[in-house]
Amino acid sequence: MIQDDLVPQHRKLVSSYTLVDRIFRRVITTGGLFSLVILGLIGAFLLYRGFEIFSDFGFSFITGEVWNIGDPMDTSTAVLGIGAMLMGSVITSVIAIVIAVPCAIAVALFIEYYSPKRLRLILTAVLDLVAAIPSVIFGIWGYAVLLPIIEDWSVPLERWLDFIPIFSVPSGIFGRSPFLAGVLLALMVIPIVTSVAREVYSQAPRDLIDASYALGGTRWGAIRNVVIPFGRSGLVGGAMLGLGRALGETVAVYLTLNLVFDINFRILGSAGGNVASLIATKFGEATEYELKALMAAGLVLFLVTLLVNFMASFIVNRSRKIL
Amino acid sequence: MTTILDAVEVPTPKRPWNKKRQTFIRSAILMSISLVFSWLLSSTTELGGVLGFYLGLAVCLPVVVLIESIRHGRNVAIDRVASSVILAMFGVVVIPWISIVTTVYQKGSKAFYWGYLTTDMRFTASGESLEFGGALHAIVGTLVMVLIASLISVPLGITAAIYIVEIKGRFASSVRFFTQAMSGVPSIVAGLFIYSTICIFFGGFSAWAGALAYTILMLPTVARTSEEVLKLVPDELRAASYALGASQARTVFQVVLPTIATGLVTSAILGIARVAGETAPLLLTASYFVATSRNLNEPIASLPIYIFSNLGLGDANATTRAWGGSLVLLIVVFVLFSVARGLSARLSRK
Repeated sequence: MIQDDLVPQHRKLVSSYTLVDRIFRRVITTGGLFSLVILGLIGAFLLYRGFEIFSDFGFSFITGEVWNIGDPMDTSTAVLGIGAMLMGSVITSVIAIVIAVPCAIAVALFIEYYSPKRLRLILTAVLDLVAAIPSVIFGIWGYAVLLPIIEDWSVPLERWLDFIPIFSVPSGIFGRSPFLAGVLLALMVIPIVTSVAREVYSQAPRDLIDASYALGGTRWGAIRNVVIPFGRSGLVGGAMLGLGRALGETVAVYLTLNLVFDINFRILGSAGGNVASLIATKFGEATEYELKALMAAGLVLFLVTLLVNFMASFIVNRSRKIL
Repeated sequence: MTTILDAVEVPTPKRPWNKKRQTFIRSAILMSISLVFSWLLSSTTELGGVLGFYLGLAVCLPVVVLIESIRHGRNVAIDRVASSVILAMFGVVVIPWISIVTTVYQKGSKAFYWGYLTTDMRFTASGESLEFGGALHAIVGTLVMVLIASLISVPLGITAAIYIVEIKGRFASSVRFFTQAMSGVPSIVAGLFIYSTICIFFGGFSAWAGALAYTILMLPTVARTSEEVLKLVPDELRAASYALGASQARTVFQVVLPTIATGLVTSAILGIARVAGETAPLLLTASYFVATSRNLNEPIASLPIYIFSNLGLGDANATTRAWGGSLVLLIVVFVLFSVARGLSARLSRK
């Protein structure tokens, strides 16, 4: 009898939230979903403003090479297409990525496996700092410092590599070319790709590297057979992040590339453009109809970069999960 | 005892992993040979200039190393060449970074005089002598817009982070995913969105519109950094708070958030550093104004647009002003970053 009293009764466990908590959770959830709402609104509003353009031109808005408002009073005379600009975005970004990825691999490997520890700490901080340099400063530097150098170099490059179509320049006008914009974008993208690559490389399994040394392998042998295969998917994700940044860059490209509505594969020649710099250039004196076209161009750019970024974060997240 | 110890010969420790003097001398010789070659290359061909010299060095060094090390066998040669290639590429990447900072400093410091930070361009044309006018209006404008943007985006960003880490709601993973994707939205698209809504509805450019464009760009940075910081809070703290009978709201506001206050400040600073130099969205939202602004419904100046518009004039003095603005902007961004880094270092030590 006494013992029965001593055995405590089971407490009743409450698993529902109190009123305060329910309000708290509701408020935080609303706030948390805000970013989803903004993304949706961006797409919806640009589509709403640019819908007229899509219904007028259909698919030829994306493929067309001509940008001509025609008679400002009569919108039916306008012929608008962003094909050349879209192609320009792709060309400059591809140049940027082709240059940036090998450089980023080298810098990441140098920081993680070649530099002494103190230098490594300094360099990781420098990397963050360089990633934060505003694009307008890259632009003004590219215009003042890089432009003369690339202009000088384009002449011999064209002479030596003339037989490859993309390097020949029949017009003989160099200077503000897709190549210059691509090199500048590469410099802007390198810190982003490098910091992703460095993070992945630093997590390469130490025991496998040591095992590789124990078998008599060299440092490069360990890097080639352990570190680089281990970091491959992370690197692809980082490169995609960089690609997204390069596709959407405005000011640096605006300052270093002549806007010409013509698909220009001759990367040393002074003609090109990208969608973002098209918007920045035409925005100031745009007619109402042209403004709608710019909104539509913005929507295309938004969707393209969103797609690239989705893929990038998918790949990066997956490679993090494996680690 | 002593005699026995004396009798045993204690071997001097060998450290085979330390670099030998020979290695050092060898790399010095290789380096100087490649320096000579790259100097020859840059002076004889058209790829001249300082950059041509360094690029030549980047090509010459691996070649020289290859020729020297080929006698040690294939594996050693590959290893040494790979090291030299990595070193050379590192150099090629770092030189432009150094060039950016030094160029901005050299050209920007010419625009400075005692009144540069305290006068605006109200009575001065951009082409006028550099002893007049300054960047006060641009600095004030940037500060105002950044402040408004922070007031909106910091609470929202932290809320999103709390949702992901503390509430772990049904949409937590998708909020996380979309916040990541949002950080990749091109800044000009953010500007275009604000123009298509705020500017069209309320008629024209304004500081408010610029601040809202900043908000869109700042939100993902703040949310992601706050999320990383929230994850650092040990679960024991939360459990202890619940065990004392606290509600979840109380736990978050009085236990979790105070613990990581420095981290949240860091996330806000990183967000500010991210947007302070954005140019493209302001072209479409805040535009430019030459005087120090008092009215937030009017167009307002900002450092990036100050640089951009002065550069567009082509006049020598205006260009120098643009470099001066760049120097101010670069200093602002670097200081913000150093502060954020210092704070986060203090947090991680805790």
